[in-house]
Amino acid sequence: MNYHWNWGIFFQQVSSSDDTYLDWIITGLGWTVAVAMSAWVIALVLGSIMGTLRTVQSKPLVMVGTVWVELFRNVPILVQLFIWFFVVPELLPRDLSLWVKQDMPGKEFFTATLALGLFTSARVAEQVRAGIQSLSRGQRYAGLALGFTEAQTYRYVILPMAFRFIIPPLTSEFMNAFKNSAVAFAIGVMDLTFISRQMVEESGQVIESLLAATVLYVICAMAANRVMSFIEKRSHVPGFILAK
Amino acid sequence: MFSNFDFGVIPLSLPFIWQGLLYSLKLTATAMTGGIILGTLLALARLSGGVVLGTISTFYVNTLRSIPLLMVILWFFFLIPIFTGSPMGAEKSAMITFTLFEAAFYAEIMRAGIQSVSRGQINAGYAIGMTYWQTMGHVILPQAFRNMLPVLLTQTIILFQDTSLVYAIGAKDLLKAAEITGKNYNRPVEMYIFSAVVYFAICFSLSMLVKHLNKRIAIIR
Repeated sequence: MNYHWNWGIFFQQVSSSDDTYLDWIITGLGWTVAVAMSAWVIALVLGSIMGTLRTVQSKPLVMVGTVWVELFRNVPILVQLFIWFFVVPELLPRDLSLWVKQDMPGKEFFTATLALGLFTSARVAEQVRAGIQSLSRGQRYAGLALGFTEAQTYRYVILPMAFRFIIPPLTSEFMNAFKNSAVAFAIGVMDLTFISRQMVEESGQVIESLLAATVLYVICAMAANRVMSFIEKRSHVPGFILAK
Repeated sequence: MFSNFDFGVIPLSLPFIWQGLLYSLKLTATAMTGGIILGTLLALARLSGGVVLGTISTFYVNTLRSIPLLMVILWFFFLIPIFTGSPMGAEKSAMITFTLFEAAFYAEIMRAGIQSVSRGQINAGYAIGMTYWQTMGHVILPQAFRNMLPVLLTQTIILFQDTSLVYAIGAKDLLKAAEITGKNYNRPVEMYIFSAVVYFAICFSLSMLVKHLNKRIAIIR
């Protein structure tokens, strides 16, 4: 193995640009965090709604939740990304379609965020459903017996418990959101993966380039883990075993 | 809505798509077989109680699980030529990458599976004079494997979906084949839809199978 190490590469300028490679990496980190965090917000909102729908009394609503989950769970994230990027604009009305294809600012970022958000929402929905179903049915009956409507029972009795129980699996989904955001490079979002590939090509320093991106991904996932475990401790339900 | 679409491109492209699908399936099968074998060994190492083996196995599993698969694919694709001196095809490189990467995930499943078998079974194995490997091979692992069958299959569905990520190094899998034919016939939109349908059909039927298996195993226990 003959490999020329050059850790100073990060402070060198990229040819034909004023940026150093370190600037590139920081830009990449910014896009990765932006895509992953915004997608997580979408996933949490839609996933909670769809997961809840799968547990309600109304059959059609259950169906909506089920179709949603199966649809977004059984197609690879990369394929979903391409569908949103290349196919969906074709299905829009003509003027809107032209605007999306030609003028829409931040098209890549919004598409990646939407695709990752919907993909993750199916997984969040499954966790929410599992959380709701893990509660004893007495809780639901208690709510209804107090004269709450079904919606109120969910709002005041079921969901506050269910959400606190599913924080551990949600933690891994949050970490997965960071890892899965790596596919965004495929439609041209300048995230860590995109930048590290670009840096390999420009500088030829394979190991340094990939290592920088890898370490930052790991740090992101760890940070996500810490945030969630802080929330987990703060929202712990008294009387239940607290996982370490 | 689909008025200016021409799905007539699909029959034309089928032979090429089939080649891509075959590669995706081959990659899945290789990574599943290799991953489960290696994963089981990693799980045994972790549960062996040995400090060195346990630390190595834990480190391996935790590291790979915290890095995006895409980065791992790039690592192997760029690193193998540095070590061996000659470039390796994207298809072959992906086979190695996926096997080693999936082993980390199968290891955690097998660890849970082994731990789900009661301790008395190991003692029983030793008591009738079996060696460590005999106890594992004849008593513990068959039960662990069976208990974890649905989870192993679910992981394999995820693995099959993840094979689409070889796109990053240009290996010709189902997605890449769809993209190439889409470009050749100038019908990319139809081909992306078609590839999504194929992925969905395979993953959805496999997940139905898992559901069925879950029910059967639940009844037997």
